[in-house]
Amino acid sequence: MESLSNKRKVIESKPLNFWERIYLPAIAKGLSITLKHFLFKKDVTVRYPEQKREFSENFRGMHSLKRDENGKERCTACGLCALSCPAEAITMIAAERQPGEEHLYREEKYAAVYEINMLRCIFCGLCEEACPKEAIYLDGDIVPADYLRKDFIYGKDKLVEAPLNQ
Amino acid sequence: METGEIIIRLVLIVVIFLISLVVAMYSTYAERKIAAFFQDRVGPNRAGPAGIFQPLADGAKMFLKEEIIPTNSSKFLFIVGPSLAIMTACIGSAVIPWGQQIQIGGKLYDLQVTDINVGLLYIFGVVSLGVYGIMIGGWASNNKYSLLGAIRAASQNISYEIAMGLSIIALLMVRNTLSLKEIAEQQHGWHWNVLYQPLGFILFIVCAFAETNRSPFDLPECETELVGGYHTEYSSMKLGFYLFAEYINMFVSSAVMVTLYWGSYNYPGMDWVAAHLGTVAAPLIGTVVVFAKIFLFIFFFMWVRWTIPRFRYDQLMDLGWKGLIPLAIANIIGTGLWITFVK
Repeated sequence: MESLSNKRKVIESKPLNFWERIYLPAIAKGLSITLKHFLFKKDVTVRYPEQKREFSENFRGMHSLKRDENGKERCTACGLCALSCPAEAITMIAAERQPGEEHLYREEKYAAVYEINMLRCIFCGLCEEACPKEAIYLDGDIVPADYLRKDFIYGKDKLVEAPLNQ
Repeated sequence: METGEIIIRLVLIVVIFLISLVVAMYSTYAERKIAAFFQDRVGPNRAGPAGIFQPLADGAKMFLKEEIIPTNSSKFLFIVGPSLAIMTACIGSAVIPWGQQIQIGGKLYDLQVTDINVGLLYIFGVVSLGVYGIMIGGWASNNKYSLLGAIRAASQNISYEIAMGLSIIALLMVRNTLSLKEIAEQQHGWHWNVLYQPLGFILFIVCAFAETNRSPFDLPECETELVGGYHTEYSSMKLGFYLFAEYINMFVSSAVMVTLYWGSYNYPGMDWVAAHLGTVAAPLIGTVVVFAKIFLFIFFFMWVRWTIPRFRYDQLMDLGWKGLIPLAIANIIGTGLWITFVK
């Protein structure tokens, strides 16, 4: 039957001839190839903790809670990120902004507690898509390893961006 | 034997024992580094500069790991297995000449633990003992995979010992001696045996690969078919002994190949060196040459391991019985004709 793709190849298996049967020429050829790698090829290893490769443009790493141009926290604790999270990694407790805290929080409501369980998070990025305030982005580094489960629950101390330098 | 002689022999025994252990230890490091370079990688580089303390770390790990002896195993034999493996690996080097005679205070001393006149037979005896360590270990584990691995190892070693012995016979016909010291002496300058016995050398090195269970003949170990191999049930330093024995075997078989075929301590221009440097320095240079050649062979062992895929078991037996043994016999006949009509 005619093959549709025209890619069909008829393979005939010939019995090995004498030189192929004693293996040695093929072994010598193989040895020369590996020796070339041994002598000339540079290794491709990135020595990770000392040397880091640049992340791609759309890499999703650790979350950061953003501040606006005046250094106020953007998050209003609306809960849309937690709602959108397929892994249910995000929890938060909202609080009302008190008089005198206007320089800390942009809106009247803010997240008093904001926790992400990094063991649950799958880094899908749906929280940053859901956020109406452009408050959360997964633009950080790789989440580091740790020893205890409780240390993987990241609070605001680790998530909120560093304050602007006055 | 007088006291001075005995002391020198004892020192030599200890030194050679230590050298075999250190070489075997650093062969593990060299293997990983060389494998890495062949595959465009870096290899171990964490323990110390360029990872040179890696073998020490591995050794410490081996000693500190939990030692498990399976309940239904034969306990005595389970311990005897690895002991026998490492013991036979270590005693093989006793008859290898490590250099010319060295002259200290007007007396000549051999750089060889003992020169028995059947040195070559001794090595063969030790090599064939080596398979008992594997066989006993596999049997005593009371595990069918271990047993299968051990059976593979045994039949492989026995098959290739025959071809190995036959390839040596042609060499003995040329050299007329079984003493390794005399074989080494007869290869003076560039008269290396490999020039007289090229086919014999190729047969011997293929058999040496099989005897040391090195790739492409590393069938006794196989994760996909045998879970592990003859040492599936072994843990801690008993496993370490098996792995160590393999590297010591590699070192000893390299030394044997260097002694038998690649001129031992001989090198072109050695007479000039001996005439100019005296009776202590010149033999020591010879010793350096021996070790340089041995290390080249160890490198070759590793080079082959990281190049060639392994044989299938039936192919292995095919090669041994239908390929190497007829070739070895043909080599004996050819050598006989050459000695009769040409020499």
